[in-house]
Amino acid sequence: MAKIKYIEFNGTEHEADVANGLSVMEGAIQNDIPGIDADCGGGMSCATCHVYINDDEWFKKLPEKEMGEDDMLDQAFEPKSNSRLSCQLIVSDDLDGLTVHMPEKQV
Amino acid sequence: MIKTDVVIIGAGPTGLFCAHQLGIIGLKCEIVDNLDKIGGQCIELYPDKPIYDIPAVPECTGEELTNNLIEQIKPFNFNFHLSDRVQELKNENDKWLVKTLNGKEFETPNVVIAGGVGSFEPRKFPTKSAEKYDGKSVLYSIKDKTIFKDKSVVIFGGGDSALDWAIELSNSSKVTLVHRRDEFRGAPASVQKIKELSDNKTINLITKYSIKDVKGNGSLESVEIKSETGESKVIKADYVLGFFGLIMQLGPIAEWGLNLDKKTIPVNTKNFETNKKGIFAIGDICTYPGKLKLILSGFHEGALAARGCFKYARPDEKYRFEFTTASNTIKDRLGVKE
Repeated sequence: MAKIKYIEFNGTEHEADVANGLSVMEGAIQNDIPGIDADCGGGMSCATCHVYINDDEWFKKLPEKEMGEDDMLDQAFEPKSNSRLSCQLIVSDDLDGLTVHMPEKQV
Repeated sequence: MIKTDVVIIGAGPTGLFCAHQLGIIGLKCEIVDNLDKIGGQCIELYPDKPIYDIPAVPECTGEELTNNLIEQIKPFNFNFHLSDRVQELKNENDKWLVKTLNGKEFETPNVVIAGGVGSFEPRKFPTKSAEKYDGKSVLYSIKDKTIFKDKSVVIFGGGDSALDWAIELSNSSKVTLVHRRDEFRGAPASVQKIKELSDNKTINLITKYSIKDVKGNGSLESVEIKSETGESKVIKADYVLGFFGLIMQLGPIAEWGLNLDKKTIPVNTKNFETNKKGIFAIGDICTYPGKLKLILSGFHEGALAARGCFKYARPDEKYRFEFTTASNTIKDRLGVKE
C-alpha cells in the first residue's frame, strides 16, 4: 500500500491509498481522480495517463522507463524530461509518499 | 442520399462484427470511420501486439483480427466510408438522417455507435497562437507537398511521419527538424538518414526543444522554440508541421443528447439501445452495470444490437432466430453451398 498524491493542473490535490500491484493510473481511475484519462486502459498504447514527477529525487527513485514509454511520451501533451506514463508506475511500499502532477490536459 | 437499414459508426472489431450479424439476419448497413483504414484501435494503436483473449483464438495480433473480421463480412459487400466522420444525427419521421463531414447523407431507422473512445485526430500544438494558422501554414498532415517548394519548413516530432517528411522535403525546401529529446522513435534507417542530412547541413536538426510560439503578421513568419532549461530560439518559418501521433476525441457524439457518463453512453443490456429510439451503442463506448471493455464483450453487444435494429428496419416482419449451421437462408446470404 502506498499513499499517492495527485495534483491537478489547477492545483487541486487528491490523495489516495493505492494497493500494491496497481498502477498509479489505476489508483487515479478507481478513486475518480480527474486529470488522467487512460484511453487505452493501461496498454501503453496512448499517452493519456501522462504525469510529471516534479521532485527530482522521486523521479530518480522510480523504476526506469521500459522501451516504448518515451516513444509514447513523444505523443503526449507537453512532455518534459520528468514526464512518465502513470500506467507504467506500479505501486509498491517504495512508492509511499509519491506526488504526481497532471498536465493541463491529456488530449 | 443513401437509404439503408443501419449506419454503423466505427470500423473497429465491434463495428465489424455487428455488421456481420446484420448481414446474417438479412439487413444492410453502411460503415463510417474517421481513419483511412479499417480496424479502429486494433489497427491504429496495436497492429502488432498479440491479443490472447479472443474466444477460440489463442493468440492473434490486432491486424490479424481485423483481417479475419473483414474476411468474415466479405459476402455481404457492405460499403465503408473511410476518412469520414458522422457530424450530425437528426430525427425525421421516425428515421435518422445522418450527415458526414465529407457531405454524405444517409437515411436509416438505426444507427449503431461503435466508436470506441472516439475518433482519431492528430494531436495539435499546445500553443494557442498556432490555432490561427491551422490548416493554412500550421499543418498536421500533408496533402500537397508542392506547396513547400523553396520554403522554410519547421517540422516537429520524432516518429516516422516527422522523419520521412523531413527527408522528403529536404530535397526542395529548407527544413528544420525539432524534437523534444535526442532519441527518435522512427525506423533506424530513417534516423540514420536524418543524422547524415544534419551532418552535411542539408537539414537543421534541433533536439531537446519544443514549440513555444508561432509568430506572424497575417501570414506565418517564424516559430519560437524553447528548451526545458529556459533557452529559446526563433526560426524563420513559412510552414510549421506537427507530427505527434493521433489522439482520440469523442467529437460530435457528445452533442447527440445520449446522457453521456464519463465519455461513455449508457445503454440497456437487452439490445444495447440508448435513450434514443433507434440509436444503439456497443463496444468500448457503451456502459452498463458490469461492463467489460473487452473485444469479446463488443461482439456480444453487436449481436444483440443487430437484433434490436431488425425491429425498426423490418417492422412488419417477425425476427426468427436461426443457426448458421442449419439455416439455408443464412447460407444463401453467406454465398456458401451445401
